[in-house]
Amino acid sequence: MTWANAIIQGVLLGGLYALFACGLSLMFGVMRIINLAHGDLAVLGAFVVWLIATQGHVSPFIATVACLPLMILIGYGLQRTLLSRSLRSGELTPLLTTFGLAIVVQNALLQVFSADVRGLGGLSGLLAVDGWRLGDQLAVPYLGVTILAVAVAVLGGLQLVLQRTAFGREMRATAQDPEAAALVGIPASQVYARATAIAVATAAIAGAFLAIHSTFDPSSGPTQLIFAFEAVVIGGLGSLWGTLAGGVTLGVAQTIGAVIDPQYSILAGHLVFLIVLAGPRGWLVFSRRPRAWQPSGR
Amino acid sequence: MAAFWSVKRSDTTSHVGSGALALAVVGLAVVPQVWNASVVQQLTTLLILVMLAAMWNALSGYAGLVSVGQQSFIGFGAYTTIFLTQQGVAPYLAVALAPLAAAGLAICLAPLVLRLRGGQFAVGTWVVAEAIALMVMLDHGLGGGTGVSLRGLNVLPSHIRRAYTYWLALAFVVLLLGLLFLLLRSRSGAALQAIRDDEHAAASVGVRTAPLKLAIYVLAGFGCGAAGALTLANTLFIQPRSIFGVHWSAFMIFMVLVGGLGTFEGPIVGAVVFFAIQNWFSDGGPWYLIGLGAVAVAFALFLPRGLWSVVSQGRQIQLLPVGYHLSRRPTP
Repeated sequence: MTWANAIIQGVLLGGLYALFACGLSLMFGVMRIINLAHGDLAVLGAFVVWLIATQGHVSPFIATVACLPLMILIGYGLQRTLLSRSLRSGELTPLLTTFGLAIVVQNALLQVFSADVRGLGGLSGLLAVDGWRLGDQLAVPYLGVTILAVAVAVLGGLQLVLQRTAFGREMRATAQDPEAAALVGIPASQVYARATAIAVATAAIAGAFLAIHSTFDPSSGPTQLIFAFEAVVIGGLGSLWGTLAGGVTLGVAQTIGAVIDPQYSILAGHLVFLIVLAGPRGWLVFSRRPRAWQPSGR
Repeated sequence: MAAFWSVKRSDTTSHVGSGALALAVVGLAVVPQVWNASVVQQLTTLLILVMLAAMWNALSGYAGLVSVGQQSFIGFGAYTTIFLTQQGVAPYLAVALAPLAAAGLAICLAPLVLRLRGGQFAVGTWVVAEAIALMVMLDHGLGGGTGVSLRGLNVLPSHIRRAYTYWLALAFVVLLLGLLFLLLRSRSGAALQAIRDDEHAAASVGVRTAPLKLAIYVLAGFGCGAAGALTLANTLFIQPRSIFGVHWSAFMIFMVLVGGLGTFEGPIVGAVVFFAIQNWFSDGGPWYLIGLGAVAVAFALFLPRGLWSVVSQGRQIQLLPVGYHLSRRPTP
């Protein structure tokens, strides 16, 4: 029974990781950069939601929706200023600038909000604590199901946008060949800015759910970045549904590790990641030159 | 009148530079006889920073590998020292052996992480560092999560101990910079600088990039292992959370970006600048780190070759002759 419970909790936790990974995967797919500030931007989102929820006395779920326009603006501005410039100066510069940005964001949050650990679970009502009881040791929490549903909705929505809309077509075209896309009238900088805006918004949603699901503080970002990255790699780069599968695998690995010994939880996730990396799949994924993005879910 | 050009390794500035560097090493070597123990301890920290900056620069400045996970080797070097002393090895011998173990770790990890490119390598190495840190924390023999002290060194009087640690650090700096210098002077050095400028172009003219990247990765593992073991010898106590902390990577990136990415001299300049900043501003709390991050971003965007490029201003000023350059000479 403990094992079944661990697997259920792991699948639900995987929804949260997939949400974190979604923006990372999108930015990597479109711009070929790994945004090392992704986790810290998610935590910034969590703090914005926390401010709106506590100052405006609204439910954290409403606050999450309310914070999205701001986060979209932040993402758009980020690409227009910092990232567009660093993209022009070579492959390594975006890594260095986003790492610097991560340190700035993390410590600015520390300066403004102090190192206190916060959570939004208390403000979220029954949804955050209750669940369906399926026996003595087995429970399916409402919140976990909600997070998984939101993850599926966000990833599925993004997938639909990429496949069915003109904007999605522009994004795929730019991901495959920015110069050729520019020749037919699609400015890469526009597409990049929109992709970053979406990525930062999904990061904020993930941050908000992290805050509702457990706790957060200004230093939570790097861990979330690592989990997101692990989910992306386990699931296979360049596929959004793969990202969901990767998040679920990571979540299950962590909860099963925790059943053996709570200390093994995070280590088990790292080990699964390293095994995937060492396996033939990892070799296939990385030994080639980066491929154009395949949003069709291969 | 036709101008004649000749290709030269060294010129007056590099003769002066190399001479000054040799004098500086001699000067640094007598420091413990002149100054008190706390200055010696501070300077040991500076030497460790020089080591770290030089190694990170070798990785990303020459081999194009931006790592956020070199703390794996810093922590591994420190904990290997602890482990060896627990097995009865003399502490300073353990400090000298630990870097070899770190190089061995690098050889084991290389097939795994060198598959990764760009940002994947950066985060992948970080995950490895976190995994090693967690495994160390699970080992109660190594003090678990609470930290562990290096025993056996506190029997020495503190000024003697600090002088020995300092000399060992100086020896490692000379060894590492010497190895890097020899590597850059050799045929591989030209290849490495070609990789630095454009990896695909280098590969297309027949540079075999994989073995060179492996060599640099192992050298950087060795050097960071030495830095970790010496940090332990300098402070006598370590905690896994801090010795495996990602702040080491932040410091390395800052030093190299400020000093000059992809130059031999830049990391030394960057380490000195960072050492000064650390001593003046580290009480500033978060503001200090916000400043570090912002300055690193500014350098990456606006002055990618760092302070050293400002000093040399496009002129061929070299402390050590690692490259070749053209010089004009009058017609005979």
